[in-house]
Amino acid sequence: MKILVCISHVPDTTSKINFVENDTKFDTNGVQYIINPNDEFGLTRAMWLKEKSGAAVDVINVGGAETESTLRKALAIGADKAIRVNTEAVDATQVAKEIVAVIQNDAYDLIIAGRESIDYNGGMVPGMIAAMLGASYVNNCVGLEIEGDKATAVREIDGGKETVSTGLPLVIGGQKGLVEESDLKIPNMRGIMMARKKPLEVVEPNGATALSAITKFEKPAPKGEVKLVDADNVDQLIDLLHNEAKVI
Amino acid sequence: MSVLVYAETEAGKLKKVAFEVASYGKAVADQMGTEVIAVTFNAADADALGNYGVSKVMNISADGNFDAKIYASGIQQAASEAAAKVVVVSSSADSRYLTPLLAVGLEAGYATNVVAAPSNLAPFTVKRTAFTNKAFTQTEISSEVKIIGVSNNAFGLVENATACTVEDFTPGLAASTITVESVDKATDKVTIADAEVVVSGGRGLKGPENWHLIEDLADTLGAATACSKPVSDMGWRPHSEHVGQTGKPVASNLYIAIGVSGAIQHLAGINSSKVKVVINSDPEAPFFKAADYGIVGDAFEVVPQLIEKLKAFKAQA
Repeated sequence: MKILVCISHVPDTTSKINFVENDTKFDTNGVQYIINPNDEFGLTRAMWLKEKSGAAVDVINVGGAETESTLRKALAIGADKAIRVNTEAVDATQVAKEIVAVIQNDAYDLIIAGRESIDYNGGMVPGMIAAMLGASYVNNCVGLEIEGDKATAVREIDGGKETVSTGLPLVIGGQKGLVEESDLKIPNMRGIMMARKKPLEVVEPNGATALSAITKFEKPAPKGEVKLVDADNVDQLIDLLHNEAKVI
Repeated sequence: MSVLVYAETEAGKLKKVAFEVASYGKAVADQMGTEVIAVTFNAADADALGNYGVSKVMNISADGNFDAKIYASGIQQAASEAAAKVVVVSSSADSRYLTPLLAVGLEAGYATNVVAAPSNLAPFTVKRTAFTNKAFTQTEISSEVKIIGVSNNAFGLVENATACTVEDFTPGLAASTITVESVDKATDKVTIADAEVVVSGGRGLKGPENWHLIEDLADTLGAATACSKPVSDMGWRPHSEHVGQTGKPVASNLYIAIGVSGAIQHLAGINSSKVKVVINSDPEAPFFKAADYGIVGDAFEVVPQLIEKLKAFKAQA
């Protein structure tokens, strides 16, 4: 079995979010980058499939050379090969088309992407890849078992869960639940040393075009101070929620 | 030319988000000088969409469970039939599942988490949230057909009585590649996605045996229940209730956090809620910096009082 895990290179959750060049670009100054958390759950699940059935696990990112540190981390966690499509993609359509171009040259049985990245929060790359490939697709995937060419997946739905069965190739939009946070692998020294010798292929883009673009960023208006209500006076809270905030 | 809205149903009845996407679609259609057409699946009450500006409903009959591929193919054919220039969908789990398929099928640019009507039609520009609610972007969509995913509760319901006709629409639906084996869903509870009010509990509640406080307060308010990440990690509550960066996003009108400290990952997931209330015994809890209203106090004393007073308030209203 061959697995491809799509890796987004995103600012760490605790990063300060600022913009430069007249609010048209994200300010990368002093920002630490990580593997997108939703992708990391999927990467760990892929590692378990590798341990269980000897699957080959490749990771892919569409981005500039600065994203290679994140791909190396994925190799240190245990992926066999990394692919970087050398372009700064503008939207999800462009990312999905570039990834599909790579997949068409090298068939994968299972493609795992996070349900969304924590930077642009688009949540469309896995579905778009599935549609472009005509593959089966399960989003918000919180459980996955593969036996031969059959897959059983659990999808989180509004208010519960749904268990589905399907065939391969399969694309999933993964999230926490595929594995738990305590299952995530922290690369050890041996992994980091081995990662240096693993292949990281740089592929030139195939010229996919975007259908949308960000023209400007805005920061939310600064929030006012919290209004504190005395613990013995919950009536005042009800009054504020009813008359001031008008939410009850 | 038209604006097409995908109005979702649950067990044959329109969901609240259906009226919100209709309201949003009407605002876009007014800007464009055109009409709003809705596509529904198995809707028994489709004419209710006329209250929110929809002039025609194309209702599709489909057997069995929701299937992203089948539904996307039906909506795609409805969009072609209606010559839709803009398609509006919600941010429900099902809409977010099927819309990337629809976007590929329609060769449409798709913006998710949109919080306002377009600020401009040429170029077509919408405001959406990014960086997990820590910023907004102005996003331009350049394709001929545009898809807007409206953030829950961001636009609200806008009544607009319109003469509405309901027609059966029978597209050639795609074949499914997925079989639903089982569905595990509490049908009697308000879901986090649909809720206008969410009551959330954290570690400060000390154990799952105390969750009746959260549930009673939620029942009083007609709210959904949620929890912080440590609570779901410890197995006190199911993962489906975990809200935050790696859990479910919350965009309710009112979010009440009880015994939740307010880790940055938690706040990232709930920040698009309009009004936030925190009840916590620790005045230094980071949640107080993110909240609109707060009570420094013991949840075990404050929450029962709040439930009692809210019941009295509701009885009066």
